Amino acid sequence: MKSHSPFTIHHSRRRLSYVMVTALLFLGVWLSPVHAAKIGEISETHIGEQALRFFTFQDAALCYALIGSVLLGITCGLLGSFIVVRRMALMGDALSHAVLPGVALGFLWNMNKDPVAIFVGATLVGLLGSATVGLITNTTRLKEDSAIGMVLAAFFAVGICMITMIQHLPTGNKSGVDKFLFGQAAAISEGDVRLMAIVTVLTILIIVVFYKEFLVTSFDAGFARAAGFPTRLIHHAMMLLLAFAVVISLQAVGVVLVSAMLITPAAAAYLLTDRMHRMLWLSAFFGMAAGALGAFFSFLGNNLPTGPFMVLACSTVFGLAFLFAPRHGAFSRWLRQRSRSARVQRENTLKSLYHVLEARDFHGESVSFHELAEQRHETVEDARNQAIQLQHHQLTTLHDETDAILFTPDGWQRACAIVRNHRLWELYLTNAAHIPADHVHEDAEKIEHVLGEEVVLQLEKRLQYANKDPHGRPIPSLHDARQEASATPASGELVGYGKKIDHD
Amino acid sequence: MTDFIPAFDFHRVFVEPWTQSASNFAWIMVMGFLVTTACGLVGNYLILRRMALVGDAISHSVLPGLAVAFLLSRSRGSVAMFIGALGAGILTTVIIEMIHKKTRVKQDAAIGIAFSTLFAIGVILISLFADKVDLDQDCVLYGEIAFVPLEPFSTLAGISLGPPSVVRMALITLLTILAIALFYKELLVSSFDSGLAESMGIRAPVVHYGLMALLSVVVVSAFESAGAILVIAMLIIPGATASLLSTRLPTILFLSVLHAALSSFLGIHLAVWLDCSMAGAMVVMAAVFFCLAWIFSPSQGLLQRVMCSRDDFTQLNETQTQHEHDGGGTKVNPSSNRRKQPR
Repeated sequence: MKSHSPFTIHHSRRRLSYVMVTALLFLGVWLSPVHAAKIGEISETHIGEQALRFFTFQDAALCYALIGSVLLGITCGLLGSFIVVRRMALMGDALSHAVLPGVALGFLWNMNKDPVAIFVGATLVGLLGSATVGLITNTTRLKEDSAIGMVLAAFFAVGICMITMIQHLPTGNKSGVDKFLFGQAAAISEGDVRLMAIVTVLTILIIVVFYKEFLVTSFDAGFARAAGFPTRLIHHAMMLLLAFAVVISLQAVGVVLVSAMLITPAAAAYLLTDRMHRMLWLSAFFGMAAGALGAFFSFLGNNLPTGPFMVLACSTVFGLAFLFAPRHGAFSRWLRQRSRSARVQRENTLKSLYHVLEARDFHGESVSFHELAEQRHETVEDARNQAIQLQHHQLTTLHDETDAILFTPDGWQRACAIVRNHRLWELYLTNAAHIPADHVHEDAEKIEHVLGEEVVLQLEKRLQYANKDPHGRPIPSLHDARQEASATPASGELVGYGKKIDHD
Repeated sequence: MTDFIPAFDFHRVFVEPWTQSASNFAWIMVMGFLVTTACGLVGNYLILRRMALVGDAISHSVLPGLAVAFLLSRSRGSVAMFIGALGAGILTTVIIEMIHKKTRVKQDAAIGIAFSTLFAIGVILISLFADKVDLDQDCVLYGEIAFVPLEPFSTLAGISLGPPSVVRMALITLLTILAIALFYKELLVSSFDSGLAESMGIRAPVVHYGLMALLSVVVVSAFESAGAILVIAMLIIPGATASLLSTRLPTILFLSVLHAALSSFLGIHLAVWLDCSMAGAMVVMAAVFFCLAWIFSPSQGLLQRVMCSRDDFTQLNETQTQHEHDGGGTKVNPSSNRRKQPR
């Protein structure tokens, strides 16, 4: 267990920082003043004034809305990371729709919006929903997506029926239960904020304490089971936390859009990093920022629903990550692909230059544009463009007046390496895979650009340092390439690289 | 609590609607039946292709399409709305594919991101231009199927046909049935075995996008009058129920239509009894039928499972004891042989 200790030190430091952050948040919650107008009751004012009001935190109701949104952003972001890597993203969707009957039941308990009653009712029904999904997938041939859709629709319909029934009751019309559908942060009360703070702290604590368990079961369930982790228990704990997160978010985000707060920040974080703990930080941060932005815009526009703005903020972050994430972004990938295809192009041109030299048995070291064009079956103009590309990368030098292309030391070495890769691979395919010699060229054309130095050395060893390819042409050895390259060119103008390669 | 659930009165629930306002009631029921049938038929293929939740996503994300079409055309003309919603539906599938194919985000998360973003845009548009858009957030979810008979009837050559949304839905349902009948083989093969489909010359992407277009058309036309909840539910529940009862596709298609008819008929009466949302009540009835099928299905029902597992258990015990006998016997013999051999 010695190797364990650095991990625990790291772990405990992280734990400390978590606890400090939450303690600060907690302090903020308890110190915030009580009793004030709801956001909706603030009269129409100028947008600038509204923004000023927002940043000076004059209104307690605004503070509640903001703190609540930030707390739910953190909770959803943290839990969302796990459900995204567990491929259970739509479970959050199912849960958020399934809690609706619970909300209605909680309301019916004593006919008012008591946060605790609604919390308990919604959590219980949400858990029932997730258990039903599990039961359907386990006992029937239906796949998980169908089971999720089933539960989502059925529970939601029951909820809709109950809510319309409540609205038809004599006292039900002013209940505001329908605010749960789309969310209104202005309706967050002090009690709600306290509940949110408790759930957030609980979530952070559980994640910190059982980080290893959550991590292992999320990434390799089979290994976790074999190593004796209680995977079922962890799954149910995850579902319970998820139900909590959904329920505290209902008031501000609404039933329909809660799943976005779970999925989108986490998916954006997933594109930005490969480490789980960094993903958790990022995702919690995105959730928090989206919560704050949602509250801000909803406040600016006076009484606009909060949830959609939070979701749009998340989606914007995801969109940016989708395009510009350094490793997984679509735009960055496109750039990488372009530079790769440009490299392949350059290498092919180098190879053609080598072939021209080889065809005349390495007499003379310069290649004319015309020769290159002929070799590549292209126009002279194209050949010149490619040669210019090579010059940009300092692989060749051009001499327009004498119409000559000369290798630089780097260029010569690169050309030898490519031809060498090509011929070694052809030989390997004919010798080891017994493919006829006239069928190996296409494959070698592709592989020559990606073979690494290690692999080439292994290939060479396995082919017993053969020096002729299946077509009988010499394979330039590493030795050739390096020796020629290290030789300093004579001061004469038309001296480049490309000395005769002499085998046997 | 007692006034929350009204007492069940057979006369009030089942007889009164038909004696007092039979025509209104019949139109609502026909509409419910048409929506559930069209959705159920398309839904079967979604379930087979494991795309059940794509239907869910599309039915959420047509909202911004409707809102934009409304803002641009300044009318509730059905053609503009139809085009807007169809565009939004196809945009959703494209976004899902793009996120799923271009990055390492999995399909389920991609669905969640796509539909929530579009839905959020829709809700914001509606609430920003609330005075200009004649759309209600709540009606988007519940639908207003109860108002169907109140529309002015559409007429053709002097003959009164019925409420325009019912007429439109009937046409869409016919179109769905026709499409499934015409391309039955293509849909069947490509849903079950994409390799075989490829070798038969069926182009999988064409079938895929064709199905998505059909889905969008059905969702859009059902959406406006029946609400998202009925559409989402009916895309999945009839197909899921039928697939618990049968393994043959024709039977499944027939059963899902039957399921649709039963749940819209009983659902509407449930709504009368409880005085609640009609679309919601139809879904609740559909879910009840699913539960019945789940419990009593002859091949994979819970009841059957319980009995089977008891049988299996006894059978297993018997075979195990037998096996021990056999195993013991075969073990003894070769070893005794081997012991004998050296002698």
